[in-house]
Amino acid sequence: MNARANEIDSRAAWWLQRREFWERSPEDEAAFESWMNESEAHRIAYWRQSAMWSRTERLAALGPSAPEMEPAPSRVLPWMLRIAAVIGVIAAIGAGAANLSVRPQDRVYSTPVGGHETIGFADGTRIELNTDTIVRARMTTDQRLVWLEKGEAYFQVKHDPAHPFVVMMGDHRVTDLGTEFLIDRGAKKVEVALIEGRAWFDRTGSKTASQTALLTPGDDVVATAQSMSVAKKPVAELAAELSWRHGLLVFRGTTLGQAAAQFNRYNRQKIVVADAKAAALKIDGTFPTDGVEVFTDAVHNVFGLRVQSRGADVVISTAQ
Amino acid sequence: MAEKPESGRENTDLRQVDAAMTASEVEAWFVREVLPLEAMLMQYLRRNWRDAGEIEDLRQEIYIRVCEAARKSIPAPAKSFVFVTARNLIIDRLRKVHVIPIEVMADLDALGVALDQPGPERNAIARDELRRLQAALDQLPPRSREAILLGRIDGLTGREIARRMGIAETTVSEHLANGMQALTNMLLRDPDPRDGERK
Repeated sequence: MNARANEIDSRAAWWLQRREFWERSPEDEAAFESWMNESEAHRIAYWRQSAMWSRTERLAALGPSAPEMEPAPSRVLPWMLRIAAVIGVIAAIGAGAANLSVRPQDRVYSTPVGGHETIGFADGTRIELNTDTIVRARMTTDQRLVWLEKGEAYFQVKHDPAHPFVVMMGDHRVTDLGTEFLIDRGAKKVEVALIEGRAWFDRTGSKTASQTALLTPGDDVVATAQSMSVAKKPVAELAAELSWRHGLLVFRGTTLGQAAAQFNRYNRQKIVVADAKAAALKIDGTFPTDGVEVFTDAVHNVFGLRVQSRGADVVISTAQ
Repeated sequence: MAEKPESGRENTDLRQVDAAMTASEVEAWFVREVLPLEAMLMQYLRRNWRDAGEIEDLRQEIYIRVCEAARKSIPAPAKSFVFVTARNLIIDRLRKVHVIPIEVMADLDALGVALDQPGPERNAIARDELRRLQAALDQLPPRSREAILLGRIDGLTGREIARRMGIAETTVSEHLANGMQALTNMLLRDPDPRDGERK
């Protein structure tokens, strides 16, 4: 009887995903029904899985401000739609309508504040641009070179040993060795997080060992003009950093000040945290990147903070 | 089905006539009344059963017993019924290995007190659940998490998830099923991360 319950639970979860996410034939349904009728244990395991799964649905739609009522569809829809519609290239500044993979000319892709775009290249490489980002790409038959001029981008590189994929950030350089990685280029520093595969990080013109590193999954490099450090980041933390790919901001023990700064990257309407006491409060939660109102409602409800409009911006302060 | 440990509280014949519950009534009762007790039940089982490898099976057996009983008539209150069933099952099992189960009894009484505390107000529940869901999602293996988020938030089908993640459809099924199973266990069992802060 050992481990039987686990097997049944796995099977119940398998049936649940089968019925939730895949096209179902009458044969499938019949097979499911007969599995359910085989024993009370099967039925109960399925009830249990499906009850918890429907709880995740309600929570995903509920949003973080946690009202008691069912969420109105109109509140949920806008950012769900936005997430579904991000694929595609918006700005292709530069010459002509050339085929990316053959003509040796640079093309520029950019996103506005709050933007999020995915660029697919003919070689299978994909670059996802986060908010307020500029990328210049030179993808030719013998060269794969991309400049991250500013902002943040997630790279899924189709590995090709004959044509290494290179990303330049100023004079810092990442060379892929079969890779998925995230690069965040600020004004003074560059941050590279390696998700999968391997990559080489270095600085052009740099001869010192301290300016080069072979990256493996979980490595997070922070480099400035003067220095460079590599740290291992836990998977959960990397996943949170990549949540913008799903149009989400994930906070875990994040201070209100840091959270506001994150929102301000994505929105023209800025959040101002007026006093240090409010800025130091810590929050957990998941928010749509454009959910300024959802966020300010939540801090108002949870912390009892005062939320006021000031011009186009919104000011959060400790209530007197 | 005859030798139920809880047969001491037999139902009257009055009820038997129209008492057969439909499967969906039993399911609704099970989800509403029994599942919320799972964290406490697991704690109880862990405290009273040495072999950790058998605890899931004990839990399953308890669920089967309570649901079979519920088919005849819905036991009320569910909580004492579940824990009496748990205790009886443990006693049955211990008897087979000739151990005298004194602590089991004592522990149940102690547990009864905690069970009677009033629940937190609704708003707090919703917020706690959200935190719990977030914490549970964070703990999933990255590929499972990605598949679940693509399905749940982006609303992709299994086939679309496979295309987006660049992996085989059968692998997507595995990621989804593993993720769902892990989420179920975490949502039902993990303690609320902010428990200490609630007033």
